[in-house]
Amino acid sequence: MRLTVNGTEHTLDDLEPEMPLLWALRDVLGIRGPKYGCGIAQCGACTVHVDGEAVRSCQLPVGDVWGAVTTIEGLGTPKAPHPVQAAWIEAQVAQCGYCQSGQIMQAASLLAEVPDPTDRDIDDAMSGNLCRCGTYPRIRAAVKAAARAMREGA
Amino acid sequence: MGRAKTIARRTFLVGSAAIAGGVAFGVWRHATPYANPLLRDLPEGAAALTPYVRITGEAITLITPRADVGQGAASVQAMLIAEELDVALDQVETEFGPPDRAYWNTALASEAVPFRATDRGWLAETARDVMGAPMKFLGMQITGGSTTVPDAWEKLRRAGAVARETLKETAARRRGVARDALDTGDGAVILPDGTRLSYQSLAAEAARTEPVTDVVLRDPAAWRLVGKPMRRMDIVAKSTGTQDYGIDEDQPGLLHAAIRLNPGHGAALRSYDAAEAEGMRGVERIVELPGGVGVIADNTWRAMQAAQAIACDWAPAPYPAEMDGHWQALADSFTPDRQDSRLRDAGDAEAALAGGADVEVEYRAPYLAHAPLEPLNATVRYTSERTDIWTGTQVPRFVQKNAASITGQDSGDVHVHVRVAGGSFGHRLEDTVVRHATRLAMAVPGRPVKLTYSREEDMGQEYPRQIAMARGRGRVAEGRVAACDLGIAMPSILGSQMGRQAIPTPGPDLQIVAGAWDQPFAIPDYRVTGYRAPELAPVSSWRSVGASTNGFFHDCLLDELIHAAGADPLEERLRLCSHAPSRAVLEAVGEMSGWGGPMGAGEGRGVAYCLSFGVPCAQVVEVRDTGEGLRVTRVYVAADVGRVVDPVNFEAQMQGGVVWGLGHAMHGQMTYAEGAAEQRNFDTFRAMRLNECPEIVVRGLETDDRIRGIGEPPVPPAAPALANAIFAATGQRLREMPFGRAVRFAG
Repeated sequence: MRLTVNGTEHTLDDLEPEMPLLWALRDVLGIRGPKYGCGIAQCGACTVHVDGEAVRSCQLPVGDVWGAVTTIEGLGTPKAPHPVQAAWIEAQVAQCGYCQSGQIMQAASLLAEVPDPTDRDIDDAMSGNLCRCGTYPRIRAAVKAAARAMREGA
Repeated sequence: MGRAKTIARRTFLVGSAAIAGGVAFGVWRHATPYANPLLRDLPEGAAALTPYVRITGEAITLITPRADVGQGAASVQAMLIAEELDVALDQVETEFGPPDRAYWNTALASEAVPFRATDRGWLAETARDVMGAPMKFLGMQITGGSTTVPDAWEKLRRAGAVARETLKETAARRRGVARDALDTGDGAVILPDGTRLSYQSLAAEAARTEPVTDVVLRDPAAWRLVGKPMRRMDIVAKSTGTQDYGIDEDQPGLLHAAIRLNPGHGAALRSYDAAEAEGMRGVERIVELPGGVGVIADNTWRAMQAAQAIACDWAPAPYPAEMDGHWQALADSFTPDRQDSRLRDAGDAEAALAGGADVEVEYRAPYLAHAPLEPLNATVRYTSERTDIWTGTQVPRFVQKNAASITGQDSGDVHVHVRVAGGSFGHRLEDTVVRHATRLAMAVPGRPVKLTYSREEDMGQEYPRQIAMARGRGRVAEGRVAACDLGIAMPSILGSQMGRQAIPTPGPDLQIVAGAWDQPFAIPDYRVTGYRAPELAPVSSWRSVGASTNGFFHDCLLDELIHAAGADPLEERLRLCSHAPSRAVLEAVGEMSGWGGPMGAGEGRGVAYCLSFGVPCAQVVEVRDTGEGLRVTRVYVAADVGRVVDPVNFEAQMQGGVVWGLGHAMHGQMTYAEGAAEQRNFDTFRAMRLNECPEIVVRGLETDDRIRGIGEPPVPPAAPALANAIFAATGQRLREMPFGRAVRFAG
């Protein structure tokens, strides 16, 4: 089984294809940005991109991955953050931060598709991502700030 | 040893046995500083000038002993040290420090004495001071009770100043100049000619310099950091997936574990059959545990799969199997023999209500899960010589002590490495996960084992927020609230929690009435009685603790009485209140919300107030009936913490507290059926999501003369403000949480 994650190809021969992608990333490949929160696609902490589409890696069997995987580590880095990450830093969204990898991946996928989202678009895209600390007001502000920055940068 | 134990018990009793007996010893002990724990493992050439500052050739490290569970504790503690130490925050690292008595929490004591936070009389202040001594004596290294900033406020600035002056003294001696001729800035001592000697270059010599302790803290006008917007030190890591949490712990040779515990929380495992699990791929070991069984495997998923495949025969839960039994136990607790406290008893409520009540109502609040997003986990490596534990915890000393009693080692041989936690809200005041992980690690000596609870186990093994019931009645006269009598029944949170740590909690449990008895209202006949219900499901501190239920009971009863009196909800609260900071927060939300201004059809505005953890907090909630359910549109919230140390994080904690309070009031409940929690994941345990989140406008006031924490106080007023707003919009009184049982919220 071959899996491309953040531009690197990995061979995973000795793995059950039904193992969720999340656990293959975390425990087999040591990529721990995607988080385990619920295991049933209710919280969004495990969100990654497969061919640019936001998916819940806790519910995606590793054998069913259809394209290149991008995790939060592949989106940007502390030295070169993605515009969504830069907006998250500027707005100081994170409290405990545990959900934020998933929130950021979800927001990046929204903005790739909808460069100028309405509040309703943001509600629709982001309400599957749970934040127990209650950072929602800043999440909304950061999504809008990132959208502006990406439109101006484009 | 026997003698020391007696004294410890006696000094701890001080808080509830008033302020006699054992105090002198406690005070003596209080005045004797603990040894600096950083000196134990200090490398050659490094200096640890106080328990909070360590300087080596590689780094300046600030020790921030209160756990960071998302509330920004690490950053704010570092800020307070850095303010006096004269370092920039990007020059330093932070570390939570080892479990040690030196890191006691004195501020917790102020919540443990039976005086209102607004009472600044001699007796109240003396009791707080004296209670601080046994807190130190016991070395309560606890994060909780919104105490991090109050506890750190002087202590950490002083630690920074001692380190700074000692470094200056070192430089003064080296260069033969007077210490007061030197300046400091950005991690260096600055000589009169402008030459900079970095702290790190002075560290080895400073370690041999007698610390300069006669320091004067800077005038607020000179502050560089305190009170200014700061960038959280963890914000980049937490925005780029590079922050490691306890669940991300990796050690050479790491094994992974999962667990299966009796869903009847606390009951035994009668027998189990692990034949299928033993044959599953990756499984290394099946280990029987108290109340369950654990699986050690080569990755988490395989361990969880195998744990699910074990057939278990469980003993029945040690509490009522169905909710009816829990509610009945509360209803039966409003009796003289269960009376726990009556700390508020003004006028004569009994006589005032003898002729009947204008309002007579019952309120209910359910059990609630903490459910931080990072499930409970702990990594433990056991050898016969030492045990290492990596985990996110608010109680590192309890973790150490309890692990040591399991391994049979001395506490000093158990090394606790506190990790950043993905939320807590009180969840990590319990250490059961570490006890199980320790037993698992002992099955494979030398191999580190990371135990990760599945979400279902995490919620199934909750020590939830207390269930509670209140009965209120009152009278009105001439358009005013004249009499108010509130009785509250709940199991003792403190008793349940401290019972698991084998720490006695004599005297009344103030949390049974916190957020109700201590409210600064001058109602002529005014009584608040606490009733200690029998122990039901095991319960624990949940963000704002007793006030999370009692703020709802007290303020909604007041709102109903004000309505019965025909008075304005904001004006009557102000008329009854003479505590200036409390009046100020009420006036603030009135002004922010345009209280009294017109609302549209189907719209309503509700105000609520609660004083908790010494912080007065008021909220106005606005709701609109959309025809497809109620929508919370806007919240105005004001609180007075004496001084806003970081306005950015203050706003975050206020907004987060409102979301927490509203979301659970709307949707949250944990119920038991056949002895097991029915909500085991976020599909059934509903929380607020982004689409339901209102605009939340925050204001911080600084009129109070004492500094307070802000993690919890925004929570208690949220639920009553919402209930009062729904009443204003629809005429329907909601007396039982979650409100979603009775009304529909718009999605």
